Amino acid sequence: MALASGAAESTVAPRYHEEVVKLFVIATVFWGVVGFLVGVVIAFQLAYPILNLDLPWTSFGRLRPVHTSAVIFAFGGNALFATSLYVVQRTCRAPLFGGAAMGLFLFWGYQLFIVLAASGYVLGVSQGREYAEPEWYVDLWLTIVWVAYLVAFTGTLMKRDEPHIYVANWFYLAFIVTIAMLHIVNNLAVPVSFLGVKSYSLFSGVQDALTQWWYGHNAVGFFLTAGFLGIMYYFVPKQADRPVYSYRLSIVHFWSLIFLYIWAGPHHLHYTALPDWSQTLGMTFSVMLWMPSWGGMINGIMTLAGAWDKLRTDPVLRFLVTSVAFYGMSTFEGPLMSVRQVNALSHYTDWTIGHVHSGALGWVAFVSFGAVYHLVPKLWKRQGLYSLRLVSYHFWISTIGIVLYITAMWISGIMQGLMWRSYDELGFLQYAFVETVQAMHPFYVVRALGGVLFLIGSLIMVYNLIRTAAGDVAEEARTGRPVPQAAE
Amino acid sequence: MPTKVEKDSITGQETTGHEWDGIKELNSPLPKWWLYVLYATIVFSVIYYVLYPSIPGITGYTKGLIGGSAREALVEKLAKAKERQSATLTQIAALEPAGIAESPELLNFSLAGGRSAFADNCAPCHGLGGAGRPGGFPSLADDAWIWGGTLEDIETSIRYGIRNDNDDSRISDMPAFGADELLEPAQIADLAEYLLAFTDRAEDQDAVARGEEPYLENCAACHGEQGEGLPELGAPRLNDQIWLYGGEREDIIAQIDKPKQGVMPGWEARLDETTIKMLTVYVHTLGGGQ
Repeated sequence: MALASGAAESTVAPRYHEEVVKLFVIATVFWGVVGFLVGVVIAFQLAYPILNLDLPWTSFGRLRPVHTSAVIFAFGGNALFATSLYVVQRTCRAPLFGGAAMGLFLFWGYQLFIVLAASGYVLGVSQGREYAEPEWYVDLWLTIVWVAYLVAFTGTLMKRDEPHIYVANWFYLAFIVTIAMLHIVNNLAVPVSFLGVKSYSLFSGVQDALTQWWYGHNAVGFFLTAGFLGIMYYFVPKQADRPVYSYRLSIVHFWSLIFLYIWAGPHHLHYTALPDWSQTLGMTFSVMLWMPSWGGMINGIMTLAGAWDKLRTDPVLRFLVTSVAFYGMSTFEGPLMSVRQVNALSHYTDWTIGHVHSGALGWVAFVSFGAVYHLVPKLWKRQGLYSLRLVSYHFWISTIGIVLYITAMWISGIMQGLMWRSYDELGFLQYAFVETVQAMHPFYVVRALGGVLFLIGSLIMVYNLIRTAAGDVAEEARTGRPVPQAAE
Repeated sequence: MPTKVEKDSITGQETTGHEWDGIKELNSPLPKWWLYVLYATIVFSVIYYVLYPSIPGITGYTKGLIGGSAREALVEKLAKAKERQSATLTQIAALEPAGIAESPELLNFSLAGGRSAFADNCAPCHGLGGAGRPGGFPSLADDAWIWGGTLEDIETSIRYGIRNDNDDSRISDMPAFGADELLEPAQIADLAEYLLAFTDRAEDQDAVARGEEPYLENCAACHGEQGEGLPELGAPRLNDQIWLYGGEREDIIAQIDKPKQGVMPGWEARLDETTIKMLTVYVHTLGGGQ
């Protein structure tokens, strides 16, 4: 715990609980590397099936949820915990509600959830709901941790020493509340026995599918979008040392985003047993979601108005701004893919995988990297990062990785979709499924290599952060041009 | 923090007067283009609701001016596609595979249909184009036929399959000469040498001589005195270079010791009559149809 360095005003800041933020930052970086590594492994498994090793525990089917949960809930989740607990204290000028004990419970409780979930996947314990694979006993534990999180966050908000609640906290709160609702409803299930791991969902048939995608889509909307917009709203203006572009835009895009997102899930079930009217609503709410999503991008990028030159000298800001650009790209692509006629081509293809990763790698991971690079010198009380040059290397290597990944998946996905729907002049299917798999192989290799680059970038970050925490300063930072410091 | 509206010197925009941990907010208006595109997407959606199935009620939903249902559209498209092919398919159904091959038009159609069905159902084991795969998946593109290569033979193999639950399945069961101790290991080694001699690959002429007797006693009844094979019993030819489970000495010994016996499903339960006929014609043309 330490004194915060204080706002522009001369009032004395309260004692913030920063130890818990440190722990969450360490967990973010650790699980990030784990998640990227498993991603690389399963990408190579798709290109070279022999890497499944013919063992149940190492097969693609079990490792895939390890990858998705590790990057979404372990890497992304810890990043959200770290930043939200940091931001809410500072922007409310109030210490964490529940204090250090609450912080420790949240940290170890959430890590236990991650370990319980991942060990279950590897051993074949899964309820088979995408992004909600953990079985009932893990779900119950997460519910307890999440309620504590909600109490800690709202408690801090209520004790705030500021007349208004900062926009980042709106987004964090929307994320925490909505995830609680999604998690509980989607995981309503009846365990087969008290001592067994197996349970059956309360829902069946198309209702089950819709519940699952209501959850799945809003996990993207509220976990990976609203939560990370909270990160963006604090760290972009902080790092750029500029006021947020538009307060009014933040209000309008917040409420429109929150209202519209929750209805868009049915677009995952186009051309299925889901009734047509429901597909129509899912599609149109996704189209209307385009501008509310872009409101966040505009507010992020336009905050740099008058400070564009900082992009040249500050690679941390470059991470943050690039993430917002990827966010804008993904949130244009999403509504486009939700249009039924486009979806007819894109659905079930690698295009979807490419879309998800332009959001996951470009937006979620990059904005988290930016936040972590901002946080570590602050939390460990250092002058600055060990090496900005290494941040720059990380940025470029990872960006090239993302570009390889998403272009490979665009090409392979669209090719796959076109091959599936090709007929010859006599009315027979032109290609068999095995032929499409053969055609996709080279792109699977490129995708895996893109993932390798992304992983290498993250390892550079780990090195840089460890040296920063140790208080080292690279030669280049001592002798080179003045190191730009984040605003205080 | 007290409200204190300031003017941002770079953009000329006023702030809202609030500040959190050093962060201020400008009071910029909503970008016009942003607002208009938002309105446009709302208008688009409303028009879409008027035209297509959308608003749910208690017992049903609004059908929309254009209406339509994805399910009905699919049924219609499938019906149309079937209609296009139906005349030709009827002709094919009425003929035996040999008759199909006589008509260039029907042959052409069957090759296209057979290729499509083959790629979906057969290629996972036999490879695209019937190239075969190592480990017991025979090539269909050469002129070696374990169960015969005439149109009738091929049709029977496809229809009923090999060593499966189908009552008419083709069955052949080579004894495990080593595992069941019908022959001594030394005799099996001699036999393998004898088989290698069919293709001039033997290295030990004494062993070849010793192998003749057990061969004629145990193998020739099915595989033929000269190793020419017997398609009626599914006994592969042994005097060529085509080996289902590998042609090296140790592969041959392993196969005599405890033979691997491949299984193929009977497709009459999964594919319709015309598809089986088209597949027959297609497979017959792949390489060495007899």
